[in-house]
Amino acid sequence: MINNNPKNLSSTQLFLINFSRKKLGVICVILVLSIYLVGIFAPLLAPYDYSETNLLKTQAGPDLENLLGTDRLGRDILSRVIWGIQTTVIVTITGLLTGSLFLGLFLGLLAGYYRGIFDFIVMRTGELVSSFPDILLIILLAATLRPRITNIFYSIEDNLNISGLVSSGIIDYLVIGIALLPLSWFGTMRLIRAQVFSIRNVDYVQSARTSGASTFRIVTRHVLPNVIAPLIVTATFGLGAVALSEVILSFFGLGVQPPRPSLGAMLSDVSGRGGSSVSVLTSHPEQLLSPIIIIWIMIFCWNIIGDALTDILNPRKN
Amino acid sequence: MLNYILRRIFWMPILLLLVSLIVFFLGVYGPGDPVEVQLGNNFDEQSANRIRERMGLNDPFFIQWANYIGNAITGDFGESYVFKNRSVSELLLPKLLVSAKLNIISFVIALSIGIPLGFYAAINYGNSKDPLVVIFALFFYAMPVFFTAPFLILIFALQLDLVPVSGWGGIFDKRIILPAFTIGIPGAAVFVRLIRSSMIEVLDADYIKLARAKGVSENKVLWKHAFRNALLPVVTIMGFSLAGLFGGSLIVELLFGIPGIGRISLDSVYSRDYPVIMAIVLIGSSALVVANLIIDFVYTLIDPRIGME
Repeated sequence: MINNNPKNLSSTQLFLINFSRKKLGVICVILVLSIYLVGIFAPLLAPYDYSETNLLKTQAGPDLENLLGTDRLGRDILSRVIWGIQTTVIVTITGLLTGSLFLGLFLGLLAGYYRGIFDFIVMRTGELVSSFPDILLIILLAATLRPRITNIFYSIEDNLNISGLVSSGIIDYLVIGIALLPLSWFGTMRLIRAQVFSIRNVDYVQSARTSGASTFRIVTRHVLPNVIAPLIVTATFGLGAVALSEVILSFFGLGVQPPRPSLGAMLSDVSGRGGSSVSVLTSHPEQLLSPIIIIWIMIFCWNIIGDALTDILNPRKN
Repeated sequence: MLNYILRRIFWMPILLLLVSLIVFFLGVYGPGDPVEVQLGNNFDEQSANRIRERMGLNDPFFIQWANYIGNAITGDFGESYVFKNRSVSELLLPKLLVSAKLNIISFVIALSIGIPLGFYAAINYGNSKDPLVVIFALFFYAMPVFFTAPFLILIFALQLDLVPVSGWGGIFDKRIILPAFTIGIPGAAVFVRLIRSSMIEVLDADYIKLARAKGVSENKVLWKHAFRNALLPVVTIMGFSLAGLFGGSLIVELLFGIPGIGRISLDSVYSRDYPVIMAIVLIGSSALVVANLIIDFVYTLIDPRIGME
């Protein structure tokens, strides 16, 4: 461990050096990055379109033409996995931006800094949301929101005389995003709030305030840098959970709608909702395992990265 | 401390009222018309209106809600739209019991695998065995149930023919084994991580150093001084496990064909059977809120340090 910092490295450099010592962490970062890049560049990488069927070649095993074989409609599994990853990428990134970053950080900073009635309202709202059984709430929200949101988008299309909005799949992402929102923000918000509480009365914040610094300046220059480390750690752990929730929602047919691919939708496609996936496991293991292995790697890696970050960024340990 | 508990007890009914308000709102303004669901193909405007009047669906929103709450407090959650003439309570009770049994067994499995492994990792903290256990645990934690379930069925039901493939027959039936392990294995990984980190923290505490310095035998230090204190966070997790009861076993119940609460909550979401959905969410939330309160209370009893703060 480089704790005495002989070379006067910046904190980012120190962080990178410390992180590079976590071999498994580095491997996981590389894995997750590659998966995300595949998702982002799906249109370029996927050999076929996700909905292109070839009824002359269904349930085929892997060969040179279809590297992971084809499903029961003759669609290329590799292409569907790649497009499915794109769904995961979109959902996790929007989840990160809206839930953790925007609501969690923003409300946490405000509640921690202003306390009083604002803090009371935010905290009680959070308690209210977290007293629901979470998967049930997500499913319920997704199921009740979809028709409303779909109607809104149809009326937008009609009134503005544009088309393609509904078919772009934006409704799916919006439904998933809103349904997952209650899950993601409260933990982050509470953590940020606690951090702000603890540094609120520290000497340098006090003296900044007495020297006339504006609240905005105090929050952005003095408080924010102190809450970034815990924010990164919780966000990392949260990403795995968000990815899995999307898979579960789409598995139940409440998330991404066919023909648009999602890893969860692929799973319910091969096994049927609650149907037997055992026969698939013996007859066409590649159909079941391709989406599963991606999910498995993502959850595993996000947690390993989270652990590594906790180790490095946790100030108590140094 | 008493003040805090009293405040929590006072806040609890308000919280549950708000929960019910939200669910009720989703039910009333959500898609699907309950009358249409009930009448099915026999739908005609006249009988629809008659039923609406009888069910109180023409009343203002808050009147409907107040009526619902009034009945719910006495345990009457109305009638299911889909299962005709069955009260929601009579429908849900047996399913709740099924899920409870499954989850209790899974919890026991998770504890009995997770605690020893976590303990083992902690006493090996600093050498190569500890990270191995941690990675091993994480590997199983990340394993999707979509894989665990068919894989276990394939090996233990189809290849080795030790247990039936699916179904339900209570705690003492062989059919509970596979689903319980499917839930229990990732659960065990949670306990490994929990016990490990709490044990490492405890082993670093001053009273452990003192005990060692006094010459207390290592065994006694580990078991009597450290382990008992390291078990404290398990109490917190029990609350979350209760939350798992209302949804955590959803996919597993589906994959193994178990007639539990997860199965019926999904079915009622699909068929827009709002009285059932509302009852499940309300019962689930109440259980969660009450359990968390009890756990907070128990925590102060077994860990006197918290009461002081």
